[in-house]
Amino acid sequence: MTVSSPRMPVRWHIGVFLAPAVLVYTAIMVLPLFGTLQLSFFRVVDGRDVFVGLDNFRTLLGDPRWSASFWNALGNNFWFFLIHMAVQNPIGILLAALLSNPRLRMRAFYRTAIFVPTILSFVIVGFGWKLILSPIWGVAPSILDAVGLKSLFAPWLGKEEYALTTLGLISVWQFVGIPMMLIYAALLSIPDEILEAAECDGITGMSQFWKIKLPLILPSIGIISILTFVGNFNAFDLIYAAQGALAGPNYATDILGTFLYRTFFGFQLQIGDPNMGSAIASIMFLIILMGVCIYLFGIQTRLRRYQF
Amino acid sequence: MNSKLARGLLLSAAVLSLAGAAQAQDVTLTIESWRNDDLSIWQDKIIPAFEAANPGIKVNFAPSAPAEYNAVLNSKLEAGSAGDLITCRPFDASLALYDKGYLASLAELEGMKNFSDVAKSAWITDDGENPFCVPMASVIHGFIYNKDAFEELGLSVPETEDEFFAVLEKIKEDGTYIPMAMGTNDQWEAATMGYQNIGPNYWKGEEGRKALISGEQTLTDAAWVEPYKTLARWKDYLGDGFEAQTYPDSQNLFTLGRAAIYPAGSWEISGFNTQADFEMGAFPPPVKEAGDTCYISDHTDIAIGMNANTEHPEEAKTFLNWVASPEFASLYANALPGFFPLSEEPVELEDPLAQEFISWREKCESTIRSTYQILSRGTPNLENETWNASANVIRGSETPEDAAKRLQDGLTSWYEPQKN
Amino acid sequence: MTPRPATNSFGRALASHAILIAYTVIALFPVLVIVVNSFKQRNAIFRSPLSLPNSETFSLVGYETVMAQGDFLHYFQNSLVVTVASLFFVLLFGAMAAFALSEYRFRGNSLMGLYLALGIMIPIRLGTVAILQLMVAGGLVNTLTALILVYTAQGLPLAVFILSEFMKQVSDDLKNAGRIDGLSEYTIFFRLVLPLVRPAMATVAVFTMIPIWNDLWFPLILAPAEETKTVTLGAQVFIGQFVTNWNAVLSALSLAILPVLVLYIIFSRQLIAGITAGAVK
Repeated sequence: MTVSSPRMPVRWHIGVFLAPAVLVYTAIMVLPLFGTLQLSFFRVVDGRDVFVGLDNFRTLLGDPRWSASFWNALGNNFWFFLIHMAVQNPIGILLAALLSNPRLRMRAFYRTAIFVPTILSFVIVGFGWKLILSPIWGVAPSILDAVGLKSLFAPWLGKEEYALTTLGLISVWQFVGIPMMLIYAALLSIPDEILEAAECDGITGMSQFWKIKLPLILPSIGIISILTFVGNFNAFDLIYAAQGALAGPNYATDILGTFLYRTFFGFQLQIGDPNMGSAIASIMFLIILMGVCIYLFGIQTRLRRYQF
Repeated sequence: MNSKLARGLLLSAAVLSLAGAAQAQDVTLTIESWRNDDLSIWQDKIIPAFEAANPGIKVNFAPSAPAEYNAVLNSKLEAGSAGDLITCRPFDASLALYDKGYLASLAELEGMKNFSDVAKSAWITDDGENPFCVPMASVIHGFIYNKDAFEELGLSVPETEDEFFAVLEKIKEDGTYIPMAMGTNDQWEAATMGYQNIGPNYWKGEEGRKALISGEQTLTDAAWVEPYKTLARWKDYLGDGFEAQTYPDSQNLFTLGRAAIYPAGSWEISGFNTQADFEMGAFPPPVKEAGDTCYISDHTDIAIGMNANTEHPEEAKTFLNWVASPEFASLYANALPGFFPLSEEPVELEDPLAQEFISWREKCESTIRSTYQILSRGTPNLENETWNASANVIRGSETPEDAAKRLQDGLTSWYEPQKN
Repeated sequence: MTPRPATNSFGRALASHAILIAYTVIALFPVLVIVVNSFKQRNAIFRSPLSLPNSETFSLVGYETVMAQGDFLHYFQNSLVVTVASLFFVLLFGAMAAFALSEYRFRGNSLMGLYLALGIMIPIRLGTVAILQLMVAGGLVNTLTALILVYTAQGLPLAVFILSEFMKQVSDDLKNAGRIDGLSEYTIFFRLVLPLVRPAMATVAVFTMIPIWNDLWFPLILAPAEETKTVTLGAQVFIGQFVTNWNAVLSALSLAILPVLVLYIIFSRQLIAGITAGAVK
């Protein structure tokens, strides 16, 4: 009896496997979220919701005041994402590759130590890094001084040209544990027989990594890339904790998440605007959806998978 | 078996009715607030005083994270899980809640007559008919300085702007202290303790503020650009790397004795009293020429209202009447020096620094922050833009004229009286 | 063995250690700064943030404040209950759904996969009001159940996404052998497949638990009462509008690292254990 047999009547077990996840997820996540997203087609006029079609989107992309903020946030977001792809993921893969060597001592220690930043709350990360990078309390300046590079010091978080990159690197520092762990899990599941066979053929060390392991973990690299993309385009907390909802200096660190939060929930004297907020959220959703679809249908289906 | 069941039923009925009776006797009111800072003051001083005077009503002060307060409160009100009493932000944030029917009108509340129209102005409908929050306190802007440092350097308190910059210059030359503790990282410091602190002297307090609202003056007028020009001069007297200096950094710089002057709000007093180990003094924003009328920002900041959907409106009103009483005013003002009561009844203040701040009410004209009433109702939001502009001007990345023009363009884009 | 590869591998091990130690220093230095400063007086934190506490600056005042304000042990218990219960449901429901998606071909399979992945694309915060209304209607406000429900829903999309990728790598031969032996689909899932994807389960568990443990928003909205406060929410009390008690915040949040660290160590052990179990098959 094969699973894909067309005569199979009703395969109840599929429903049983799917039901709990689909039910909880639909009731508590999908319905509330789409209830919110549909607000983007309405606007409050005289205290009542009025259907306005795509007007909010026209305002967001057409009105120079809104569109300037939007494009600024979108551009910053892409830079934020690029930093993660270029720094976080290669470092994550390198660390995982080093850790997956079964003969390496103290693996458990490294694995735990490197992961510690990932479990910290944003309040601590924000406070700690601001304390370290602060020009006033002197941690970073004295460290740079000790290695003779004092002249390189600048109040990075307060400068428009450095602030976003600095926050990107702090975020990399915090989250490098995620790709590391995922790749580590993938590397560990490569069966020993394959590696032994490779060693018999004289493929060891670096070339073993490039020729044997890397192709086998490509699906996992695909996953971390798409997760990085999704995570970065939904990112919010770190910037909010470090620079506040106005994402200073002069909106240089404003990304879509902070722009959305400020608009949707309001900030200080600015009253929340759920309608425009939902319009921003819908566009963010479309951007991310496009990315995920490219991955799911364009990349994932083409990746060759090996079953062990 | 049967009798056992009956007895059990009786017993549980008795327990239930007892619980019911207890509930009928004791009503618990929950206060929503953003003032985490005051938790112990409420728990140890204010609530016990109220509960002693009003048996049968229990009060639970439940502050949430200050930065999330507005968002959290709105969600809770919309879903119907908010507390009975709501701490009110001034002006539009609370007005919006009243308009949506979340805050009850307090026009009939006995205690409201203890407050002047000015005190009530931040929590009343535009037509002046319905006040919706009982005013609790205002905060006053000015400068707090390190008395020991001033004595050490032989400096006297500046009264005019020239004297002010001369003092800053001397401190800078001496080099022992950072002349002024302020940073631009958090932006609101620059706007609130910078622009709104010194500004009223330029736009003549209420006169200029009202002219801006009516459209007679614009933000590009000299009176509104001048304060930015003065702020731009502050840059040279701030600490190294002030661009990345946060608000807590500034507080610590000053209380650790590393900076001589701190552009302040009176709310700092209680915190500074416990943290600084030197003597402190305060002076109002310096005027242009000796003898000019001085203006201070005496900003209505905090009030408390009633959730329109509370199950205990009578008890909540009892509490609000008590908040409006002189007893509460004196209790609150002395527990939290720097938060000045708004009721007409004068209150004895014990803290010397707080006394200094409140004494300016006698010799200067009071006003409130220029962006708070009406002008921050639209998009772009004038208050938020002012944060950004003030920080930009101090950092030197935008000229005072450009910043003023940008703000004016933003305001003109949605505010009818400014459209000419 | 000839000497050359030996030196080679020795050199390689040395290089590995050098890189790993360097990165460990980068990773731990800021954490150490925070933990060390939590044992110092406020003045000392800012006067010299890098120095270790000495007899003059050493102070437990932060920890004392934390212990005095509210019932922090109880907050820890709440956080643990919420995190562990949500993890359990996310892993169980997520693995089941991922198995259905990766194992069976049925109409709408990829659509279902996409549907279940939508949740990672919109921040769940936006649904706050509707979620809160749901909880008010269900009488679940100020219960841990409300938090567990929300976090389960929040964690599922990522779990399904990662687990279905890993489940595709489980050998068909093994499953078909099971079917020939007459095992039911449920037995195949619980007995054959689940043990093989333990590394992936452990990974998902770690990814899921961190945002749950550190979340401030939903505890603030759904369960702010004293009895249901979580650690993150409890620590928030010390962050005021104008005055922040950094001693207490640092102490509370330094303490809050420990339980997650223990959970992480447990899960990352599962990684290895999973591999060993897989090798025996």
